[in-house]
Amino acid sequence: MAPAERAVVVGAGLAGLRGAEALREAGFSGSLTIVGAEPHLPYDRPPLSKHVLAGAIPAHATTLPHGLGADVDWQLGTPAAGLDRKAGTVRLADGRALPYDRLLIATGTRARPWPNPHEGRLAGVFTLRGRDDAAALRRALAAGPRRVLVIGGGFIGCEVASLCRQLGLPVTLVEPSPTPLARVLGRTIGAFIGAIHAGHGVDLRCGSEVEWLEGEGGRLVRAHCTDGSRIEAELAVVALGAVRNTEWLDGAGLSADPGGVECDGAGYVLDAEGHPDPQIAAAGDVARFPHPLYDGRRVALEHWSHAVAQAAHAGRLLAGAPPDAAYGALPTFWSTQGDLVVKSAGLTEGADAVAITQGNPADGRFIALYGRAGRCIAAVSVDSARWLPAHAEMVATGAPFPPEGAATDRPKGIAIFDPGFS
Amino acid sequence: MSTRADASSGSPPGLRVSVDLNLCQAYAQCCYAAPRHFRIEGHEALFYDPAPAAEDRDDIERARVACPVQAIRVEDPGRGV
Ligand SMILES: Cc1cc2nc3c(=O)[nH]c(=O)nc-3n(C[C@H](O)[C@H](O)[C@H](O)COP(=O)(O)OP(=O)(O)OC[C@H]3O[C@@H](n4cnc5c(N)ncnc54)[C@H](O)[C@@H]3O)c2cc1C
Ligand code: SF4
Repeated sequence: MAPAERAVVVGAGLAGLRGAEALREAGFSGSLTIVGAEPHLPYDRPPLSKHVLAGAIPAHATTLPHGLGADVDWQLGTPAAGLDRKAGTVRLADGRALPYDRLLIATGTRARPWPNPHEGRLAGVFTLRGRDDAAALRRALAAGPRRVLVIGGGFIGCEVASLCRQLGLPVTLVEPSPTPLARVLGRTIGAFIGAIHAGHGVDLRCGSEVEWLEGEGGRLVRAHCTDGSRIEAELAVVALGAVRNTEWLDGAGLSADPGGVECDGAGYVLDAEGHPDPQIAAAGDVARFPHPLYDGRRVALEHWSHAVAQAAHAGRLLAGAPPDAAYGALPTFWSTQGDLVVKSAGLTEGADAVAITQGNPADGRFIALYGRAGRCIAAVSVDSARWLPAHAEMVATGAPFPPEGAATDRPKGIAIFDPGFS
Repeated sequence: MSTRADASSGSPPGLRVSVDLNLCQAYAQCCYAAPRHFRIEGHEALFYDPAPAAEDRDDIERARVACPVQAIRVEDPGRGV
């Protein structure tokens, strides 16, 4: 590789940082520029919805450790606004053009805003994605609101709601599905976890939807639900999932849309005709790729460990590693909801059965193993992480489902449920 | 800009710590090694201080080395990584 080569990383988050490190570790000795929309060095997001909101650590303490040296040009506070693949340049919002020979796209996602922008701008209405969001929300929680409304019962919504209870704040969680976490874990496991949160005093309103937010003098005062009910709350956290940051790629001739930037199995991005561009890779929340463990189904994963592993893969690829090795790490994530730890390995999508293989949902500690067409496809632990690695192994190898003798504490067969997807 | 953003305070740059909580099995060895910076909440939720002071580096290093699954990553800007 010619030392004069230039690598550009767009997105100074977890994936951008770990991708840049991997480029260097794999021997890339050219110039390395990291472009970030936010003014901050890369920081860690998981603590934002947990110990930062709890007030245990300040938002600015989350700067990530890294192993990059002084030979990195950090361009922070200026987003990339365009990509010209013919010229080989990334255009920044301030008009500058950065030439690249190798490009890593790692622009992640942003919080999906409340659909009505006027209501979304009311004081007291928050979303949570970045460090500044978390600092602002922490201040609002510390002021002791009479009630917090959490809109959306996904992972972030459940984390925020359970954290409010830890802070002693009354909280209502509104989720259109019959249970929290229904989309990712199914209604059966979602109901078990929802019961734990309800037991801690979260006012769960499942099967209900917030229709509009009412303000007085520019401040949120209450929410109106589609079933006619009202929730008096001066603080609302909109936790409706994420939108991928791909707009800056409009006109670049890549396969990119709100569903992500399409990659091939190796990690190269695909152009509009579906051909890989060998100068460009993508990683982290923004990337969609065919997962070899799931029959090549195209997935985009919004998980910390995935961002780390896929970015390391992409960095090596851009540094010149042979593209024959497909990226296919087993998807894993964790979520800390109050003191409750939910962890998962594999992808639950398409599951036709779920078995409780360890513990007991009624005790709030268990392992759920998901099966599809007679094979294990995913496992979820609730305060039972020590049992997860063995289950992850069954998922990684596609072991037969239902498993035999998997449960050391349950020799006489295991309970099997409809997982409740649809 | 500089990669050492917090050098302005005058105190020596602190450490940066992150833990891969997928790897973490909550066996708490880090909590014994550095109880002021790591603790288990509930059954298995690890709290860690992502920005310990530079003078705590020996405790943090002991915690890092004690972790059986090498889930703890530390950067020590005052010393190089
Ligand atoms: C509050 C919260 C809690 C979470 N908790 C967990 C958890 O417990 N467990 C888990 O597994 N995962 C968790 N996640 C998910 C995890 O943090 C993400 O998967 C991870 O951050 C993805 O990294 P990334 O680098 O792909 O994207 P990001 O972290 O989003 O980084 C992308 C960066 O690119 C920047 N950017 C965007 N557009 C541009 C542009 N045009 N030009 C330049 N820069 C741009 C953004 O500002 C951002 O800094 C959580 C996420 C959030 C928000
Ligand atoms: S020593 Fe490692 S595995 Fe054990 S609690 Fe600490 S970080 Fe987790």
